[in-house]
Amino acid sequence: MMDPGRVKRRVAVVGAGMTLFRRRLKETGRELSFYAAKMALEQAGITLRDVDAVVCGSAPDAFDGVHMKGEYLLDGMGGHCRPYMRVFVGGGTGVFTPIAAWWHVASGHFDIVLAIAEEKMSSCHPHPQKAFTTIFDPMLTRPLGANLVWIFALEMMRYMSVHGVKKEQIATIAVKNKRNALDHPCAQLPAKITVQDVLNSEVMVWPVQRLDISPPSDGAAAVVLASEHMAKQLTDDPVWIDGVGWCLDSTYWTNRDLYYPKYVEYAARMAYRMAGIKDPPKEIDVAEPYDPFDYKEAHHAEGLMLARKGEYLKDVKDENDIFAKYGRDGDLPVCPSGGLLGVGNPIAAAGMMKVCEIFWQLRGEAGRRQVKNDPRTGVAQAWGDLMQIGTVIVMRR
Amino acid sequence: MSLERIRLPEEVRHWHGDMICDYTYTLGVAGEKFYSGLKEGRIIGSKCPECGRIFVPPSAYCPFCFTELTEWVEVPDEGFVYALTVAHVDADGEPLEEPELYAFIVLERPGEAQEIYGGILHKLGEVGPEEAYIGMRVKAVWAPPEERKGTLADIRYFRPIE
Amino acid sequence: MSERIKEYRGTYYGRKELEEGLVPAFHDRPYALYAWATGVAMGRFLAELKNGRIIGRRCRRCGRVLVPPRMFCEFCFRPTDEWAYVADTGTVLTYSVSYLGPAAERLKEPVVIAVIQLDGASPGIGILHKLGEVKPEEVHVGMRVKAVWKAPEEREGAITDIAYFRPLKEGERGR
Repeated sequence: MMDPGRVKRRVAVVGAGMTLFRRRLKETGRELSFYAAKMALEQAGITLRDVDAVVCGSAPDAFDGVHMKGEYLLDGMGGHCRPYMRVFVGGGTGVFTPIAAWWHVASGHFDIVLAIAEEKMSSCHPHPQKAFTTIFDPMLTRPLGANLVWIFALEMMRYMSVHGVKKEQIATIAVKNKRNALDHPCAQLPAKITVQDVLNSEVMVWPVQRLDISPPSDGAAAVVLASEHMAKQLTDDPVWIDGVGWCLDSTYWTNRDLYYPKYVEYAARMAYRMAGIKDPPKEIDVAEPYDPFDYKEAHHAEGLMLARKGEYLKDVKDENDIFAKYGRDGDLPVCPSGGLLGVGNPIAAAGMMKVCEIFWQLRGEAGRRQVKNDPRTGVAQAWGDLMQIGTVIVMRR
Repeated sequence: MSLERIRLPEEVRHWHGDMICDYTYTLGVAGEKFYSGLKEGRIIGSKCPECGRIFVPPSAYCPFCFTELTEWVEVPDEGFVYALTVAHVDADGEPLEEPELYAFIVLERPGEAQEIYGGILHKLGEVGPEEAYIGMRVKAVWAPPEERKGTLADIRYFRPIE
Repeated sequence: MSERIKEYRGTYYGRKELEEGLVPAFHDRPYALYAWATGVAMGRFLAELKNGRIIGRRCRRCGRVLVPPRMFCEFCFRPTDEWAYVADTGTVLTYSVSYLGPAAERLKEPVVIAVIQLDGASPGIGILHKLGEVKPEEVHVGMRVKAVWKAPEEREGAITDIAYFRPLKEGERGR
């Protein structure tokens, strides 16, 4: 287990930026990365010359349609003639990218590191889900005609079945997040919908319906990380990365009980231990768990130990309950950004968007999305691969 | 009952399949300028106000200065061969009827000092494999306007000039 | 958002614009063919399917019988010890009803899929397959099912040598 005492230096986030998230954008992946990176640098008050190293996060090459995508995107990411690496852990990438950037700075090796996550899913035709099928075992799963959404439907069914959670309860999460997204300037699918709208929407793979799912998107987001002494020079308001954690489980997903993401809990324990958090629901002021599907917010929040297993939606029967408990003014604000369901899901950039959101929330810069409880500690989490990885980051002011 | 027993490692079975996806790539802000320029019979680059470099093909940002580039300039459609190769097989490894010459061409007009960063990878034509050389001056041969589609094929090839 | 940020970049293109060629784009179809080596464990698994049997591997250290079989136990991180046949009957651990094909195309007739724990495999060790001869609303977690095999001459050593799993009838036993 990670020993907090062994970490060499404190690391802070000093700037963040992102592009619009849309189903398809004109700009190439490189250009999107440039927009996000440039914005983050400007927010931090520095230029590319000040950056010591760059970390790129981008998910399957098969989306953008260019092999060795990390190297391809390098120029737009500011990686020209610099130490540069690309990390890729499926959907977990968006939080794994700042974690990898954290290693760069915490090790004492670099002072200022730019971390950018990008995804351009619109290139893949007829639908990015086709590229996803290549994640499945070619002998065991693909011959059955597997579609990506199958695994989420099986996981959702297991979660509902083990805990007795109903679709009406889960649908309130889609209502909350899409409504929260109305206040996000980059959001792809902000909407005022009701639980009934979700239950009436087209069945994709039962129990998953159209309004339970986040869309495929193009977009990029970035943060600038700085070592403690640099951060204090650059800003009066650094946001410290106090905990990082990541953990993976087996690709033999049919051999696992899907009702609970054990690997998210292990990653959370690693991050909480480093941050000195012993009672997550009490000590965390705002949370951004990964929500590519509405049930995933509940699934992951339980993995993050913000609620006991099966109990995230225990007291939630309708829309009013969900806003009272987890809305921006609620007991514990969850996904105040609007999450993936509302803002969009460019696979890697989505997780990074959550990190940017926690950064802005902790600084009080989230505008209309600002949670009112004067947050000091926030957690962002991402998830991905074949339902395998949990990546967790704890940030504090 | 007969069972396939694997005696030797070479007998391990194989499962055949493919990973085929269709792609539609948007050209991007800079790409659209470049390819629409080709359709008009011009090669377009972008200029960085800070370092003065002109990027070909054009880029929407300078990778050195990290400035957004908004100045699009036309560059000469002639230059010299920087590197070249002769291909005897095609992309699938099948032999070609006639060898094909490919070159990386740095674009410039003699006597003009322009900081053009980059160049064009294209075919050489009207020259045999033994005659082409590094440093050879070449000029673009364009397809007629009605045949241009906004792709690199709008330039048929580069031919040697004196 | 931070009041200092004035504008978020990105230019939206609609589906129509791209598909009808109203904006320039480049099309390509990278053609990638594969011959994946099955490996020792999967090779035997597929060969046994051709003979109408399902085989797993046992790790003596943790005692688990693993399906799909593998030559190493990922918990104990040691080689697995022996082959072990499992029955072609089992229990549904979770299921779903899919209206989507692999490329997100809409299916007229839904496909019912399930993770099935085969009798003889360790608890929680399931495989993914289709369900048939059952209405979607009749499927439930815990349902007992049996494999429906293709005719011997139609089997080719693939997971599809089992056409699907159907509900187990009263008094039926597995192979």
